[in-house]
Amino acid sequence: MEIKVKINGKVYQDNIDADMLLLDYVRSKGCYSAKRGCETANCGLCTVWLEGKPVLSCSVLAMKANNKEVTTLEGLEEEAKEFGAFLADEGAEQCGFCSPGFIMNVLAMKNELENPTEEEIKEYLSGNLCRCTGYMGQLRAIKKYLEQKSKGE
Amino acid sequence: MRVVNKPIRKKDAMMLVTGKPVYTQDIAPKDCLVVKLLRSPHANAFIEDINTTIAMKVPGIECVLTYKDIPQKRFTMAGQSYPEPSPYDHLILDKHLRCCGDPVAIVAGENEKAVDRALKLIKVKYDVREPLLDFTKAKDNEILVHPEEDFKALCDVGADNKRNLCSTGNFSYGDVNAEFEKCAHIVERTYHTKANSQAMMETFRTYTHMDLYGRLNIVSSTQVPFHVRRILANALDIPKSQIRVIKPRIGGGFGAKQSVVSEVFPAVVTIKTGKPAMMIFSRSESMTNGSPRHEMQIRVKVGSDENGVIKAIDMYTLSNAGAYGEHGPTTVGLTGHKSMSLYAGANAYNFDYDVVYTNTMGGGAYRGYGATQGIFALESAVNELALKLNMDPVKLREKNMTAEGQVMESYYGELCASCALDRCMEKAKEMIGWDEKYPCKDMGNGKVRSVGVAMAMQGSGISNVDVGAVEIKLNDDGFYTLMIGASDMGTGCDTILAQMAAECLECDIDNIIVNGVDTDQSPYDTGSYASSTTYITGMAVVKTCEKIRQQILAEGARLLKTEVENVDFDGQKVYTLDNSSSVTLSEIGYSSYVAGGGCITASESNFSPVSPPPFMVGMVELEIDKLTGQVEIIDYVAVVDCGTVVNTNLARVQTEGGIAQGIGMALYEDIQYTKEGRMINNSFMQYKIPTRLDVGKIRVEFESSYEPTGPFGAKSIGEIVINTPSPAISNAICNATGLIMTELPMTAEKIAMGILENEKN
Amino acid sequence: MFTADNYIVANSVEEAYELNKARNSTVVGGMLWLKMSNKKFKNIIDLSKLELDKIEETEEEIQIGAMVSLRELETNEILKANFGEAFKESVRHIVGVQFRNCATIGGSVYGRFGFSDILTLLMSLDCYVKVYPTGIIPIEEYAKQKQENEILEKIIIKKHNYNISYLTQRLTKTDFPILACSVAKIDDKYRVSIGARPMRAVLVENELSSNPTEEEIVKLQNHIEETVKFGSNMRASGEYRKLLAKILTKRAIENIGG
Repeated sequence: MEIKVKINGKVYQDNIDADMLLLDYVRSKGCYSAKRGCETANCGLCTVWLEGKPVLSCSVLAMKANNKEVTTLEGLEEEAKEFGAFLADEGAEQCGFCSPGFIMNVLAMKNELENPTEEEIKEYLSGNLCRCTGYMGQLRAIKKYLEQKSKGE
Repeated sequence: MRVVNKPIRKKDAMMLVTGKPVYTQDIAPKDCLVVKLLRSPHANAFIEDINTTIAMKVPGIECVLTYKDIPQKRFTMAGQSYPEPSPYDHLILDKHLRCCGDPVAIVAGENEKAVDRALKLIKVKYDVREPLLDFTKAKDNEILVHPEEDFKALCDVGADNKRNLCSTGNFSYGDVNAEFEKCAHIVERTYHTKANSQAMMETFRTYTHMDLYGRLNIVSSTQVPFHVRRILANALDIPKSQIRVIKPRIGGGFGAKQSVVSEVFPAVVTIKTGKPAMMIFSRSESMTNGSPRHEMQIRVKVGSDENGVIKAIDMYTLSNAGAYGEHGPTTVGLTGHKSMSLYAGANAYNFDYDVVYTNTMGGGAYRGYGATQGIFALESAVNELALKLNMDPVKLREKNMTAEGQVMESYYGELCASCALDRCMEKAKEMIGWDEKYPCKDMGNGKVRSVGVAMAMQGSGISNVDVGAVEIKLNDDGFYTLMIGASDMGTGCDTILAQMAAECLECDIDNIIVNGVDTDQSPYDTGSYASSTTYITGMAVVKTCEKIRQQILAEGARLLKTEVENVDFDGQKVYTLDNSSSVTLSEIGYSSYVAGGGCITASESNFSPVSPPPFMVGMVELEIDKLTGQVEIIDYVAVVDCGTVVNTNLARVQTEGGIAQGIGMALYEDIQYTKEGRMINNSFMQYKIPTRLDVGKIRVEFESSYEPTGPFGAKSIGEIVINTPSPAISNAICNATGLIMTELPMTAEKIAMGILENEKN
Repeated sequence: MFTADNYIVANSVEEAYELNKARNSTVVGGMLWLKMSNKKFKNIIDLSKLELDKIEETEEEIQIGAMVSLRELETNEILKANFGEAFKESVRHIVGVQFRNCATIGGSVYGRFGFSDILTLLMSLDCYVKVYPTGIIPIEEYAKQKQENEILEKIIIKKHNYNISYLTQRLTKTDFPILACSVAKIDDKYRVSIGARPMRAVLVENELSSNPTEEEIVKLQNHIEETVKFGSNMRASGEYRKLLAKILTKRAIENIGG
């Protein structure tokens, strides 16, 4: 099927299978940051933005993104570095496998919520599983990042 | 110290947080064959007939392999040093299928759709037998999980396949029965812990290809690259020299990847076809046929005098190996040795165990490795003893806890050379406000807040078995290459070992590049398991640095045209003791690259005759809804003695992560089977691990002792941190409700129904 | 994962219905559940062009398009103004924000899943569904039906003075409910629905007065015990679910505060 989709600012036109998942499509375009962690839409590792909203790319057909805009962590290199540095300074990336999907959602949260409380942060990110960190270091990193953002703006 | 005991960023951190392609699947060649397995729908069956003709006709299919195509030479998938204690009971493909999901056939093809189609077209006739699923009835059951004649155990672990025994044994010190006779108080109870899935975010995965020398290259998400090389040579019946194993970044392991799980399948395909092949375990496969924690039933008897001084401990552990014996004989030992040794002052100890085969998924290594189960049982019994004595469980522990200088008879007679358990307890009490909060407080609305306590220990490496070697090279311009065989699986050992090297060599951590692991290049290391890397390999770094410093001094002296006794090295330069002349490390590096200068490189290997335990105290504050049984974690405090903390950030995150996993184990993680032996909760939808909303607040502090045999005084941290949540939460539940919890997970249902039951009586 | 040959964006509800009549066709909502089937489809029908992703308010009712995401239900101001925190409370536990950005109310309602939070809530409201070509039917009737080829267009909730308490019990905060209970005081009458039994949500008849007495509540609890069926699965036993249903119903009524 014909598809035209903008990924990280670049337009791609392809002929793909109707049942191809967006996750597999973006990976085929070299966006390896998006990962598959489960088959049941529970882990959040595959989080990308579709029209600016965080979605599970494992549960969206690529065709659904036809004529739409997709963003992966590769398209947010600067933001990833900026927030990632806070994560790194807590040692809270650990194995790093959940980090890209998690960071996509942190950045979405930053855009969507104004001055979120600790509980709101946890709720917004509850769909991002992490088995290494126990989440505490991630929370410390987010708080420090948001604090810097609010100072800077 | 400049670099050690600091919160240094992980060397790979920025690559990971910017999502770079660094994991197995990301770096695999695009033309890898897709490898999948046809898995057994039965828990106990024999393949009577298998026909692959039609499946082979699917366009794009490269090969369909059955047991007829595979070497029938038994081995173990356990990543352990040779000779492995785990029995040789495994084949890559076997005619006898011993658990649901056991591999029946391997299919490889150009794309996933073709492979999926071919899988459906393989015709199998099964001779289905009654499965043996209840591990309490396995010993001497007439259903034999391993009836085969070529079953063998390399080590004397008490294996007897004709009795369904993977292992059996005993340890005894003093006369427990005589001691119990004299005890004023005795608690005796049986506990049941369940199988748990490690649930690392990256499932098992491997790709393989033939290199330009015609050797089999295996790129795999593994904790044990060198063991993978040996095990695959065994399984494939090819020389070890023909295999190279490379470990890229790993998306978590927690012990799961201390077994060979996915490696054998693409390897066999590449050998048969000559083509690159990749196998990615689905989450479901990782859940149904991974390497989970062993389910156990543990009976504990503990006795004290009238003052609460513990006199004797007796334990019996029955462990469910499942269909295969990977890590079966070894995990069970820790249930006794690494729980009883928290109370080194007793006069007598006894520990018996049986590890039995059943037709459930084979077990493996999971963080804590048996100690977790044993500590839940013993610490729960000690909490009940406190109840009997009408004594604060903290006070009971303060009376009995192991102290520095004591000989731990139940811990291989080792001397406890470093222990800050007393300080850990004091600090934890203060952090959580134990004295104000113990035992509980009624909050109204049927809700009660209560506190609970538990202690834990683990080891640091496997004494006299584990080996870690490193190599350090000085390069031109004066930077070092640190070659390691230890597997960083996200834990940060690349960075931790570099920190130690930077400390010893008095340089910046960025002046040390780390390389690992490639079995063709890396020095030998048993792998990252048994909490060994910091302690065992860390000491190899220290020793290697001492050696390379000598070489730098010698080369410096040569360049300065003086004797080595007359010079010293400050990390930047070698200088004469009279400060009259010096040569920079950079200059020494360059000179070693041209004629006349020697190669500056050193390598040392390390093992340890002891395995010094780290210790910790965990305390939890819960809120329990007495009507629904719902448990909320309010606060979890952990105070850890891992000796000197090498990286303060990474040790903290290890602890927080281990506690979160432990909370999951305590409250809801539970591998369940249908009555036919099919695993039910084979996804993150059904097997629940904690989200960030479920862990409350976790607070971690360190109270360090100094371990004389460890690098910079360090012990281990990786495993111990999962051990306190189950017993501490159980204690808090008891302090709120009076319930004695004997089975994990401690769900709201068990609590609510238990309270109702108590009210009836 | 299913397979499919074609992906068709329908231009009208009629077209979607005609396409969906074929046995091997299906409408895709958020795809979260569809994805877990292993079926072979010829056509996957996408409704996203049909403007069913809106929440609209009229004098008499609130209309929620079938393609409205669960996340929208959680944050929508119209729903908040009319139903307080009830919608938010019923969806905020569902996996995570990304999941709820994908999942649609149409998918949840059409699926009539036993574990459905949203169905449990809607059942307690004066709620109807608009289905093509059948028309408008009460949600409790729709909930009993099998999945058909009809196209679910909208959820319609009649306006009243609502006071709702939605309570659940879960293993983890984002798991399926072990039991869900929604009690709505509509003007001065109560509607009580019990979901995740683990079977589909059901309405429980009640004789609660506007300000229920302790006695009335006990009577309702007994009624639940006697008439509502509860089952066991890997999450909990039927016995425990029954206990929870009684406790949560009582608490929900108390939350509403008469």
